[in-house]
Amino acid sequence: MKVLFALSESWAGIRSNVSMVISIILVTFISLSFVGIAALLQLQINEMKNYWYDRAQVAVYMCTDVSPAAACPTGEASEAEIAAVDAQLTSTVLAPYIDQYYFETHEQAYEKFSEEFADSTVASYVTPEQLNEAFWVNLTNPEQSAIITESFSGAAGVEQVRDQRGYLDSIFSFLNAGSITAAAVAGVMLASALLLISTTIRLSAFSRRREIAIMRLVGASNFSIRFPFVLEGVIAATLGAVLSAIAVYAAVELLVQDFLAVRLPFTSFVGAQQALTVVPWLILGGVILSALASSVAIRRYLKV
Amino acid sequence: MITIQQAVKTYKGSDEPALKSVSLQVERGEFVFLVGASGSGKSTLMRMVLREDVPTTGSIHVLGEDLINLASRRVPIFRRRLGVVFQDFRLLPQKNVYENVAYSSKVIGKPRAFIETAVPDVLSLVGLSEKAKRMPSELSGGEQQRVALARAIVNKPDILLADEPTGNLDPKTSGEIMDLLQRINLGGTTVLMATHDRGIVDRLQKRVIELKNGEIVRDAAAAGYRDVNTGELPKSEEF
Repeated sequence: MKVLFALSESWAGIRSNVSMVISIILVTFISLSFVGIAALLQLQINEMKNYWYDRAQVAVYMCTDVSPAAACPTGEASEAEIAAVDAQLTSTVLAPYIDQYYFETHEQAYEKFSEEFADSTVASYVTPEQLNEAFWVNLTNPEQSAIITESFSGAAGVEQVRDQRGYLDSIFSFLNAGSITAAAVAGVMLASALLLISTTIRLSAFSRRREIAIMRLVGASNFSIRFPFVLEGVIAATLGAVLSAIAVYAAVELLVQDFLAVRLPFTSFVGAQQALTVVPWLILGGVILSALASSVAIRRYLKV
Repeated sequence: MITIQQAVKTYKGSDEPALKSVSLQVERGEFVFLVGASGSGKSTLMRMVLREDVPTTGSIHVLGEDLINLASRRVPIFRRRLGVVFQDFRLLPQKNVYENVAYSSKVIGKPRAFIETAVPDVLSLVGLSEKAKRMPSELSGGEQQRVALARAIVNKPDILLADEPTGNLDPKTSGEIMDLLQRINLGGTTVLMATHDRGIVDRLQKRVIELKNGEIVRDAAAAGYRDVNTGELPKSEEF
């Protein structure tokens, strides 16, 4: 069976079935786009984790006069209490887990606060004494913040130990939920794409039953009878996959890089590089899934 | 060439077998008429030779292949050694005469050089060289059947199966088709033709196998449609 001959037979099938083929293209386009979005959201989460987790610190907030009495029964942390925390951070027990740390005084905290809230009237009500003195700790491995939390929670003069990753985790779980939703939509759409391919192949086989009967009579092999139909499904789905690849790439370039990244400069976003790692899988996935769906369909509906 | 022994075919959901212990042998180069009323088992027999179906019991060997035990993937290769024509021509309506004939060669992957010489040859054999570019709908019934014949023999089959090839044609055109079939037969191809056409069978005086209710009731060399010994019409014939 010559490839050109198989191609021309597939082309004949596509032409005689234009509306169905277009629907395959559209449904694979949409479903694979959702697959691409789900994948890119996961990559975005990784990207942000890499970016932020390295920067995330654990803060050991020391007591102030205005701290809640439950944590700080003695009010403002004494110099001895501060020194005790400092000593513990440099001790042989904790030192291996700590990359670096520094102490922030009331004044430094106030300065930072004033900068952050420069435009707000809040700054004028706050005095340096109300803001916690704190040890800012960078861990060698940000995952091990529990060690610091356990060591200092409840220690004398410590109001609270806080892992900045806690703030990030809620963002990540939000993004993750988005990713799972996109994957679920993609799953449903893919299922309908597969069924649509199978229906189209069935129709196509039916509309060409005369040719098929003649092919059988002259002794065409099963493969050469089935191949044009499988090819028809694969060509249509591949077109859809290519469209979704373009859509995913364009979404990353135009929406993420040209829009979000410009407006939120302090965060790392997925870019062309990530889009280009996702795109080949979309196309490959489209080809493999449609080939499977068409060959199963043609086996079921075309007994040779 | 074709050897069938005690072939019985029972279709599901039917008590009466379509074939009841049929045995026959056809040698290379023979021309055999298969006659009998509708439902006598002619089509079932033809289908078995084509390996579209296999006997429920018994055996069938065609071109040295044991068709009952032939692996399904070998069936297409087996069929390439057979040619088939039908009463309703079965041409592809959207392909022209040349393409219809070339199709059966292309489908089995014959090289282009073969197709480019074999198709014009066979079209000139059936007398349609002038109409190679015509579409089937522009041809008469006799011409369409000649295209079908050309398609059946372009790959030089060992056996030609003809299922009522003259059933839709007037007597004169039928005669032309029969002349062609005889020429093909003289070229060494075994021809097995199922027919209702008395005139043709009587005139050609070839071997006649008559089926009735799934059994062979007559197998005579150089015979007519009616039994020459009794002068009676076959009982299965209906008017």
